This record gives sequence, C-alpha cells and structure tokens, in this order.
Amino acid sequence: MAPRIGVVTFPGSNCELDAVEAIGGLGGQAELLWHGDASLGQVDAVVLPGGFAHGDYLRPGAIARFSPVMDAVREHAAAGGPVIGICNGFQVLTEAGLLPGALQKNRGLKFLCTTTRIRVETTDSALTAEATVGDVLRIPINHFEGSYTCDTDTLAALRADDRVVVRYLDNPNGSVDDIAGVCNDDRNVVGLMPHPERACHKLLGSTDGAVLLRSLLVSAAAVA
Amino acid sequence: MLFSVLVETRLRPGIADPQGATIERSLPVLGFDGIRRVRVGKAIRFELDAPDAATARTHAGEVCQRFLINPVIEAADITLSVVEAV
Repeated sequence: MAPRIGVVTFPGSNCELDAVEAIGGLGGQAELLWHGDASLGQVDAVVLPGGFAHGDYLRPGAIARFSPVMDAVREHAAAGGPVIGICNGFQVLTEAGLLPGALQKNRGLKFLCTTTRIRVETTDSALTAEATVGDVLRIPINHFEGSYTCDTDTLAALRADDRVVVRYLDNPNGSVDDIAGVCNDDRNVVGLMPHPERACHKLLGSTDGAVLLRSLLVSAAAVA
Repeated sequence: MLFSVLVETRLRPGIADPQGATIERSLPVLGFDGIRRVRVGKAIRFELDAPDAATARTHAGEVCQRFLINPVIEAADITLSVVEAV
C-alpha cells in the first residue's frame, strides 16, 4: 500500500497543494491536514509546507509552532516518524525546537525567487535515503528569511554528526556554512529552504526534487 | 496592579543584521556621517495585571522567552511601569 503523507495546511500556507500533487505523482498517498486538528490521523509521515503560516507575524513560524497540530507532529517525530519542513515549514520546525538553529533575513535583504543548486551531503536522513552523496540537484528557492544561522557549538555538532543534509553550491542568502537543510539527532526530522515539490516535473524545469520526495516515501513506508 | 510593559528585542551579538547594515550604508549617502553599529530590533508594548512588580517581571520574562523572542538569535530588555497601583 502506498505510504500516507499528511501535508499540514496552516492559515497562510501556499505550497500545500504543490506538495500533495508532487507526492501523488511519485506514488504516495498525500492528504491535507488542518493546523487546528489535534491528530495526524493515520499518516506515516508529515510535511510542513511553504508559505506564510499565520502571516509570519512576529517571526516566521513563531505562531505556527503553537498550532494544535504541532503537539501531534512533535509526538510523531519523537516516535521516529518522518517529518519534513520545506521553506516556511523549516522555519516552523526551528521555532518549535524540533530542529536546531534559526532562519533570519537574507543577506542583502533580497527576496529570492530563483533556482539554486544544492549538494546532497548525507544519505542518512528521511529526505535523502534514495539519493547519493555528492548529487547536485537543481531546486528552486522562494524566500525572504532563509539565511540559516546557529551558534558555533551547534554548527560544530551538526558537522560532527553529519547532520547538514544539503548545502548550496552558490550560497544565495548568507546561510552559515552554505547550509540549505539540516536534520535532527534521530535523522527523521529534516528541514530545508529549497522546494523539492516544485522540481518534480519536466514542465517545471527540473525533476531533481523527485529523489528527495521519493526518499520521504521510502522513509514513510519503513515506519508504516 | 496594572503594569505597562515595554519589550525591546534585538539580535544577539554576532548575529548578522542585514537591516542594520543596510541603514548604516544609506546614512552617508544622505549626509549623516559618524554613525556606526546600527542594529535594528522591535518594540512590543502591552499591559499586564499582576500582584506586584516582581511577579509582573517574571511573567513578562516568561512570555518573552517562550514567544516574543527566538532565543537562538534574539535577546530582549523588559521595562515595567505602573499604570494603576490599586
């Protein structure tokens, strides 16, 4: 049976249908979840999509982390279930403390809407199990607050534990150590600023995101 | 007692501040010289009921740490003043 992937809609999310479409195209069974629900239902994995949850008021993710669904997301993650945060979803995961560090305004204060090249740095994560270390993927970004930052101890730990999942080849936003995505200690929670769901069809100019979402499906099937 | 609370948030030392840097670069262009180390933060004001100033400060501090700032990149100063002493 196809793994079931829940995509959370917050007020202000705008990439949830892209994620559902891309996952469905890869053979997953994607369904929308509402941020106000306290349960994830029967899903095997969760995606927090891009957008502007709760208007990004105060800080991106600062209010979304208190949405009722986040307690269930936290429990799902603690039980080893895959959780992926894309763009605004990554911001929500850092605010929720499920991933280390924070995302702040881009270097140069530019809103960036462009295609980036990112390199897969580890295959030991819920989002990269099907990729190969060194793979260079062309994936779009679309953000204003995507500059990854963390203290030096956290950065040292991320490097030592091989928890930098993807890095930019041409750092577009000033992220420390070119970091585009990281994972948690247990490697089942992954956040990244680039949008793999927007790079899953030839018509969109790149299919390089598919290997990441296929990895998510494999990770989800493993815990199903 | 009713307190007026002012929370001033700022980026912690060492955290890049692109807004501050942009303002600083603009100043000489406008003829304002001699200004350095521009840092941009936020000011948040609210009123708070509490039995005394110490309790109010503790309560405001918790709100700050849990919600108003992201401790990974931000710090805050809290200023209290009494609105109603009753």
